[in-house]
Amino acid sequence: MKIAPPPSGIVFNVQRASFHDGPGIRTTVFLKGCPLRCPWCHNPEGIAPWPQVMVNPERCLGCGACTAACSRPKGPLASGAALGEEGCRACGQCLDACPTAARQPVGRRWGVDELLQEVVKDRAAYEISGGGVTFSGGEPLAQPAFLLACLEACRREGVATAVDTCGVAPEEVVVAAAQRTDLLLWDIKHLDPARHLEATGAPLEMVLANLHRVAAVGVPIWLRVPVIAGFNDDRDTFEALCRLAGSVSGVTRVALLPYHRTGTAKAARLGLAPGVAPLAAPARERVEAMAAALRAAGVETTIGG
Amino acid sequence: MNERTRRLREESLDAVPTISSERAELLTEFYRDNLGRWSVPVLRAKAFEHLSRHKTIWIGEGELIVGERGPRPKAVPTYPELTCHSLDDLRTLHTRPKTSYRVPPRCFEVYESTVIPYWRGRSLRDRMMALLPEEWKAAYDAGVFTEFMEQRAPGHTVLDGKIYRRGLADFKADIARTLATLDFEKDPHALDKREELTAMAIACDAVILFAERHAELAERMALETADPRRRAELQRIAAVCRHVPAHAPRDFWEALQSYWFCHLGVITELNGWDSFCPGHLDQHLLPFYRAGLAEGSLDRESARELVECFFVKFNNHPAPPKVGVTAAESGTYTDFANLNLGGLLPDGSDGSNELSHLLLEVIDELHLLQPSSNLQLSRKTPDSLLEHALRVIRKGYGFPSLFNADLVVEEQLRQGKTLEDARAGGCSGCVEVGAFGKEAYILTGYFNLPKILELALHDGIDPRTGRRLGPATGDPASFPGFDALFAAFERQLAHFLDIKIRGNNLIGRLYASDMPAPFLSVLTDDCIARGLDYHAGGARYNNTFIQAVGIGTVTDSLAALRKLVCEDRTLSLPQLVAVLDSDFAGQEVLRARLVNRMPKYGNDDDRADELMRRVFEAAFRCIDGRPDARGGVHRLEMLPTTSHVYFGSVCGATPDGRRAGTPLSEGISPVQGADRCGPSAVFRSAAKMDQVKTGGTLLNMKLAPALLAEEDGVRKIGQLVRAYFLQGGHHVQFNVVTAETLRRAQANPEAYRGLIVRVAGYSDYFCDLSEALQEEIISRTEHGAA
Repeated sequence: MKIAPPPSGIVFNVQRASFHDGPGIRTTVFLKGCPLRCPWCHNPEGIAPWPQVMVNPERCLGCGACTAACSRPKGPLASGAALGEEGCRACGQCLDACPTAARQPVGRRWGVDELLQEVVKDRAAYEISGGGVTFSGGEPLAQPAFLLACLEACRREGVATAVDTCGVAPEEVVVAAAQRTDLLLWDIKHLDPARHLEATGAPLEMVLANLHRVAAVGVPIWLRVPVIAGFNDDRDTFEALCRLAGSVSGVTRVALLPYHRTGTAKAARLGLAPGVAPLAAPARERVEAMAAALRAAGVETTIGG
Repeated sequence: MNERTRRLREESLDAVPTISSERAELLTEFYRDNLGRWSVPVLRAKAFEHLSRHKTIWIGEGELIVGERGPRPKAVPTYPELTCHSLDDLRTLHTRPKTSYRVPPRCFEVYESTVIPYWRGRSLRDRMMALLPEEWKAAYDAGVFTEFMEQRAPGHTVLDGKIYRRGLADFKADIARTLATLDFEKDPHALDKREELTAMAIACDAVILFAERHAELAERMALETADPRRRAELQRIAAVCRHVPAHAPRDFWEALQSYWFCHLGVITELNGWDSFCPGHLDQHLLPFYRAGLAEGSLDRESARELVECFFVKFNNHPAPPKVGVTAAESGTYTDFANLNLGGLLPDGSDGSNELSHLLLEVIDELHLLQPSSNLQLSRKTPDSLLEHALRVIRKGYGFPSLFNADLVVEEQLRQGKTLEDARAGGCSGCVEVGAFGKEAYILTGYFNLPKILELALHDGIDPRTGRRLGPATGDPASFPGFDALFAAFERQLAHFLDIKIRGNNLIGRLYASDMPAPFLSVLTDDCIARGLDYHAGGARYNNTFIQAVGIGTVTDSLAALRKLVCEDRTLSLPQLVAVLDSDFAGQEVLRARLVNRMPKYGNDDDRADELMRRVFEAAFRCIDGRPDARGGVHRLEMLPTTSHVYFGSVCGATPDGRRAGTPLSEGISPVQGADRCGPSAVFRSAAKMDQVKTGGTLLNMKLAPALLAEEDGVRKIGQLVRAYFLQGGHHVQFNVVTAETLRRAQANPEAYRGLIVRVAGYSDYFCDLSEALQEEIISRTEHGAA
């Protein structure tokens, strides 16, 4: 008999006491790898599916400890490189040697049990607040075996879960996740197919088809919309959003997330090129107006969470 | 605030803290004429009566609640029978840049001509220092511990509800009954008891006399004023002062005034450490409030006005100033009155009521330095009150602080109190637990845990002086492993706690024999029934506390040392000690590694948290249950006030990467900036300490204002606090202010005169803090919204 090894996954952050990724107090688990390429991404370190090196130049003392520790002929990898590429043995010595943690790994392999041990630490806070664990990313559905095993493990432990997804994944994966979680946080970037494809590299049709498919599963859904000035803060988008929220049975809330620039510093550290045009946060009144329109249409709406 | 209370508040803020020599003069004259004529308790009571009869009486314009300890607001008396300030001390107080007290020329003259010549060598502190052994003084001078009772009397106590039901005349009747039962045939202590009880009765008369003098002054002022409204108020003040505290108060106004006279009595008799406090004010005032509303003599606004007038009186009373190390360890104007809101009733039901909300409104509106306030949060406390408190906290005053009322009860049950007494108790000072009105719980001094580690790493020699201070517990080179080092730490710890406890008991006996407090004894059960003074074991419960400081620093130091020396073997223990002795000279990379790459307490990381537990349990075993001087026992608390700055100044560099001379961690908070996993991880780490075994722990958390800006954030922070309390946390307080704001205040103190921040168990004006403490507060982790 052959026993399959328990699934494991690449996780790049476990954020405790998170207030903005679902109801109550939560632990947010960030899974690495994303099929989309949105220029506003606030977690650019989550895009590549493999573990990377990230160097924060502000913290670097220039002490040379990483170079001394590294056995690679060309010396330690540059920021943004994948651990293990180009003669790197992925031994982690350059990371351990860094005295200020300026050189950090982004992403490492976690087992389901190890992750579960971490997330149950805040069980008391979940129980009092109606919180739980949110799987985010990257795109959590990009590591389906690990995600589904984690969702099942949380359910066995009595810890509520949410999955924060862009909806771009094979239908059977999306449905399997919906069946194993208590809440879906479903990203809507744009509701015009051409602009969606242009901005994210993924087809809107798949996002919407999957949304209708999970609605049939019966799990509650919060639509999450990153609001970016000049991209999706126009009247047509709000109206389309109102119609969508009203027409999908499981949608219980819309969360408008005004764009912020925290991702740009991280992208620079990873050596990623800045987007073609600088992005702007939407005017506060614009977001308020969007929220008011949604509320008027009978949709519970929050700003920033 | 209405016009009256706005003006009273402004006047209180503007009044300059000044030293008044009036008490010293009256007392010196009394002692010179009378010492030796009566027993010590009667002498003390008659001296108190002399003060009550002759001190200047003050009724301020527009005041409704009256009475000052000094001749006018913020005029602070001295207590030369305890500590006689030198002329140098007075000059220091007058000129020091922070928390200065103006010293008038007359005070210098009187001190030079009369007070110093009489009290030098006779004050309790002088005699105490002559009696304490060399080993105690050496440890004290080295900064291993401090001593609370060298400059201020044991106090730190809180009143229960008795004065709202009975007057001092009723207590005098109790005294007479005990006197009548004394058995001079069989009881060898009958005479001592008679003297103590006689003293208590004299003390009651002294406070009644003090109130009546206010009535007379108010009557005189009523005749003189041209304003008919003020005349009526003065007549009312006179009537109130004629009735209370001699008799039980009949209404809301009388209840507040009665407490205030008792408060003044306690803090005039002796300068008890940490003032005095009304405790569960919302519970005590409720019957008067409801009755007043029902009969129409009071409405919500008139009640608010009276409470505001009452609050201003607290703010008019800066703490009596200390000198030397004691001033360095806790330099503040605050005298630590700490109102308890909510909590439980003795029957176990929720103790919060509509006045809890009214008091929170007053706290918010007045945001005065004193009185401080806290919410006693039990499982039964409604979320609406918690969220109201958090909405006040988010203004950034640092109060109210939050306590776990259920754990406060459990802590006291462990100490052997009855369930009802435990529930009627609460917290005072910074975070300290007590059975209000029934306990003498004496705080004796801070204890420097990282200094103990430093001694263990230097074979008992203090590296600062090169002197042998502790026992020789082994050269670090000789330790075979981490456990041997920890054993040396434990031996040093036990050695110095033994010295501290022996010193405490000597000082405690001195107070019992020479410095009884008959008026405080009247107010504390069961001193009357036992015929015994508060300082001599008369209270129903007696506990003596030692406050351990720097658990975060010592934990991180041990964790770093274990990882670096015993696990990674990066360098040997003697090599590490040499690096520490050089204060990391030329070792910046190693220091960065110690700061950034070692396990740290406050991150829910058992590699560090398990060591925190080991240190805590070691200190607990050395202290808990050891006999004190009043028939009670010693217990452990975990709080620093501001001593972590002083203690840091006497400690060399530590293995956690802390530089020599910089502040230690405070309370049970993580080392400043070491907690990187958010508030729930800090709470989990702190909850690994078995806090129920303490008399209080202090956890400070700095929050960015954004986290509490929205109602959703208020609710979730409240839930995080409840989760901490569910896991056994005792207390948490939030500093809601940005580092940027604090930097601006440092640069421009004038513009930020009113900026109040949480320091350590109390709030203080940021601009009054030393620069080291300011820096320390700025460096505390600012938890942002995740």
